[in-house]
Amino acid sequence: MTRHLLSSADLSRTEVLDILATAESMHDLQRREVKKVPTLRGRTVINFFFEDSTRTRSSFEIAGKWMSADTINLSAKGSSTSKGESLRDTAMTIDAMAVDALVIRHNASGACHQVAQWVRCSVINAGDGTHEHPTQALLDAYTLRSRLGDLDGKHVVIVGDLTHSRVFRSNVITLKTLGARVTVVAPPTLMPSGIACWSATDGFATSWDLDAVLDGEDPVDAVMMLRVQRERMSGGYFPTAREYTVGYGLTRDRLDRLVARNPDVLILHPGPMNRGLEIAAEAADSARSVVLDQVSAGVAVRMAVLYHLLAGNDDAPREPAELETSTTGASATAAPTQPEGVAR
Amino acid sequence: MTRLLVRGARILGGHPADLLIEDGVIRQVGSLGAAEGVEVMDADGLVALPGLVDLHVHLREPGREDAETIATGSAAAAAGGFTAVFAMANTSPVTDTAEAAERILDLGRASGLVDVVPVGAVTKGLDGAELAELGLMARSRARVRVFSDDGRCVHDARLMRRALEYIKPFGGVISQHAQDPHLADGSACCHEGELSGRLGLPGWPAVAEESIVARDVMLARHTGSRVHVAHVSTAGTVEVVRWAKAQGIDVTAEVTPHHLTLTTDLLVGYDPVYKVNPPLRPQEDVEALRAALADGTIDAVATDHAPHARHDKEHTFVDAAFGMLGLETALAVISDLMVRPGLLDWSDVARVMSTTPARIGGLPDQGRPLEPGSPANVTLVDPDREVTVDAAVSRSLSRNNPWHGRTLRGAVHTTIHRGTVTHSTDTTVMETAS
Repeated sequence: MTRHLLSSADLSRTEVLDILATAESMHDLQRREVKKVPTLRGRTVINFFFEDSTRTRSSFEIAGKWMSADTINLSAKGSSTSKGESLRDTAMTIDAMAVDALVIRHNASGACHQVAQWVRCSVINAGDGTHEHPTQALLDAYTLRSRLGDLDGKHVVIVGDLTHSRVFRSNVITLKTLGARVTVVAPPTLMPSGIACWSATDGFATSWDLDAVLDGEDPVDAVMMLRVQRERMSGGYFPTAREYTVGYGLTRDRLDRLVARNPDVLILHPGPMNRGLEIAAEAADSARSVVLDQVSAGVAVRMAVLYHLLAGNDDAPREPAELETSTTGASATAAPTQPEGVAR
Repeated sequence: MTRLLVRGARILGGHPADLLIEDGVIRQVGSLGAAEGVEVMDADGLVALPGLVDLHVHLREPGREDAETIATGSAAAAAGGFTAVFAMANTSPVTDTAEAAERILDLGRASGLVDVVPVGAVTKGLDGAELAELGLMARSRARVRVFSDDGRCVHDARLMRRALEYIKPFGGVISQHAQDPHLADGSACCHEGELSGRLGLPGWPAVAEESIVARDVMLARHTGSRVHVAHVSTAGTVEVVRWAKAQGIDVTAEVTPHHLTLTTDLLVGYDPVYKVNPPLRPQEDVEALRAALADGTIDAVATDHAPHARHDKEHTFVDAAFGMLGLETALAVISDLMVRPGLLDWSDVARVMSTTPARIGGLPDQGRPLEPGSPANVTLVDPDREVTVDAAVSRSLSRNNPWHGRTLRGAVHTTIHRGTVTHSTDTTVMETAS
């Protein structure tokens, strides 16, 4: 793994599995009364959110704090324009404060890639425009693996607004990295341009017909419903919410059919959910839904990502075994994992 | 009075000849002896072309003199072998009045390095709503003949029709920035295709250009007027233009050096230096554009030189400014890309970079044959010299140069504008005959 996490394509299968293994240790930590470990003491992580976010930002913040990093949240309204500070100036300003990691959420695709070229610190993509959201894909993989085991050959169906979805773009990469078979479903207007070539190159299937996929020969192990923003209707992507739901919503009827074929099928949603639009309440709240597991996994996975990026890039690299010591200790404060020479 | 003898240049790449230039005019061509008081320039091995003419540049003055001025843009043009440039109207204020056009003309004359020819806006303030004072601009000292809202498309069909009709009495032409704003809005910044899908960048589909060009050639036919397609970027547009010409429709088209060379895949790293409007297209389009320039479907090369202050390019890709530099590298790119592989010879280069653009833009003193009596606008090219482009070295005030680091074969050696040497890479070749 490089210094940054910008795209899900940055991670090999081994690296994904390493991160997910670390995340398991972190997840254990979450269940303890005292959750803090000193792993990243003396490190500074800036969560720079150019776009509103509740769950991603809070989960990165919690992840940093539980690992004893100093975490600071910054937010900037809207996109940078020619009138405001340039992205480069913003990035250089933060970098000049000698921080260790910059977690960036931005409404512009590619913003994290650009920043990574200018700064010395690690950059973690917490969602860039309609491009990627690699930690979401990792936490989805974590959630799926905790229920399904190895994802090799498992069939995951992603449904919704693919055009505007960074969750889809990262998930399709990570799921393929882990050997899953992926089918993506959307009306033609919400399929990204060029997806025919793209899916052929990257080895996933596409469909305009959700029912054909759910009832098809290939049993479904998990369905990931993507958020559909109501403002897409004014953009002419689809006529009405009602029509969208009939075509592409995970309705009660579709849930029943899924469960009838595979009682262990999983329902995922990255949130926030539009109940009644892309997902019926019955599906969101069903026993097959792992939506809250995804949120819970989010903290553990982000701890693991911070660990792999930050704990590995100083003068005294530590092995995951060392971390194991800390997370399995009776008291986190007693864990002997304070790295040497943390001051930078 | 300066008298300059250019010795041994291959005219349009043909046989060597001497050119005697006096009082800004070519006096004699042939095998000439040096007379007293004549400066002699040894042009052995160089190709002589009529001074290059660029139908499409942005000089940023007035309004953004931090990015370029008429003086610095003129210097870049002279260094690129140009003797005339058409300055687009999207300045601040917009060139939409006779006074604004004359001011640009005068600033260009004050610099004195190239003819700076103002392009007039088609609509007031480039708003696409009401016609600008086209007639007054045409009657002004600036003699405006080319009108364009470049940067924006004249997308209202009725307004485009009226503009085409209105300019007929004074032989004007509308240079259209073909971009249907509904199919490609202001955020569109990446050729719509697999890469825009993968990168999550707003797509700029080829059809947004092609549908406007198709409409405009029909309007040109309907009105019997003249339309020019700025910066053609797609194979589909080439097909439309080819068809329209076959019908006898009065349409001309230009292509930029960057659309002839650079492709969409350069956007992978989200580097805004590659952000341009229309966007870089896939290899298939690039090849269709090269073929169309070679077969004459596309009439001219124009740079769309678009300087930008560094900070206007250091935003996120969608927020960064559109455009790239082009004046200083155009000839080298065309030489390397089109002449070296045999797609064009030097007389073709003279046609697409001088004669035809001068004709389209209505410049009687430019693009003239290199023969006695012609105004002495001459570009000498060293066809064998290799240049490695260095963005840091430029007469432009801006540095948004997509060619940085590329090695190109064929370079401008000397530019002569109305008899005066405005650029030379090698001053030692000049000596005064005694």
